[in-house]
Amino acid sequence: MEYIELFFKSIFIDNMVFATFLGMCSYLAVSKKVSTAVGLGAAVVFVMLITVPLNWLLDQYILQPGALKWLGAEYADYDLSFLSFILFIATIATMVQLVEIIVEKFSPSLYNSLGIFLPLIAVNCAILGGSLFMQSREIPTLGLATVYGVGSGIGWFLAILAIAAIREKIRYSNVPPALRGLGITFIITGLMAIGFMSFGGMLTGGDEEGAKEEKTVKVETPEAENVKELANNTKEIN
Amino acid sequence: MALLSKKDTKLITDPLLDNNPITIQVLGICSALAITAQLKASIVMALSVMAVLAIGNVVISLMRNIIPSKIRIIVQLVVVAALVIIVDQVLKAFSYELSKTLSVFVGLIITNCIIMGRFEAFALANGPWKSFLDGIGNAAGYGLILVIVGFFRELLGSGTLLGFKVLGDPIEKTGLYALGYENNGFMLLSPMALIVVGIIIWVQRSRNEALVEDN
Repeated sequence: MEYIELFFKSIFIDNMVFATFLGMCSYLAVSKKVSTAVGLGAAVVFVMLITVPLNWLLDQYILQPGALKWLGAEYADYDLSFLSFILFIATIATMVQLVEIIVEKFSPSLYNSLGIFLPLIAVNCAILGGSLFMQSREIPTLGLATVYGVGSGIGWFLAILAIAAIREKIRYSNVPPALRGLGITFIITGLMAIGFMSFGGMLTGGDEEGAKEEKTVKVETPEAENVKELANNTKEIN
Repeated sequence: MALLSKKDTKLITDPLLDNNPITIQVLGICSALAITAQLKASIVMALSVMAVLAIGNVVISLMRNIIPSKIRIIVQLVVVAALVIIVDQVLKAFSYELSKTLSVFVGLIITNCIIMGRFEAFALANGPWKSFLDGIGNAAGYGLILVIVGFFRELLGSGTLLGFKVLGDPIEKTGLYALGYENNGFMLLSPMALIVVGIIIWVQRSRNEALVEDN
């Protein structure tokens, strides 16, 4: 149950783009076409799936105060948490590089579609942000950390997919010249973020487990439909 | 000026308006939006970025001839991460409360695209002094937007500036509140940051038609 809860929480309530504004740079730069947005989104989900649990292990066994206990009693009061930035980013950069090599070897077609986006991901704040939030929220188990990583990745994927679809459509509308491009994208993202705020009550409403579940399903459907609609729209264009 | 030639001055003033990192180059937006609910946090964030970017630019520019181009991203990340750790420790030592407000966003300076963007676009091709000026200029342009957004969000959202109650006391109904003015709590929520930046872009591009882009 807590797995599902964390999963939906990290997708909708703590959405990387709309709630914490992480990964905005690539979100704005790569959202001009749906196909490229999907490529980058998939790469982000993939990398987060790997790096968040890995960084959880690092945090748990090297960085936290007292985490070095497994080395022997005399290391028990070491506190290396100030090293977390540099270790996390090093992990991410290496993993991105590694993932790139592995994907190139085993699935050239996937590599070609992700190609340029993989190296870009090392500097995507959503990835480092995922690891840092994982650390500051003190997620208790490896399983939950994995779920959190995947959930945040999917949340980011959803956001970039939705904005790319909207931006493809908005080409046909009459936007004031000074707002074209970047300006209108900002404002639309703001409006979408207001929409996503309504998910805030998703996991708090209702006292009983049953009521909670029902509510979750109810609130989700319109969004799911919305996204499906967007996806259908884009298919038509393509 | 002897110290700053005309070209050097341009390096500082250009990023303030016509080549602003946030509104034109679209770099470093992530952190810009999340911490601007208070003016104080915005100023501290701007100063941190300025320190990291100026020093980092100099370091990278000094090393530009010995970094193999294949691993330059990792080298850059290590340089930035080291600088950010210093900034983070200084903040924790001298203003612990504020560093709690900024939480993970100090760490996220590492992946702030302005920094990597300027390293790639400028420091790798120019000498240390120019890179230093470029770092100061771009961080100032970034800070300018942060301060504008922080100013409006704090003023309209909580009626204060840097914690001072400039519009009067909302509970005792003094100042503007006596006339029935209310704080717009919506400004404190994160989506408004996006909309405020959108409006800044709108104003800027209406004043300078050359910046208008295609739909």
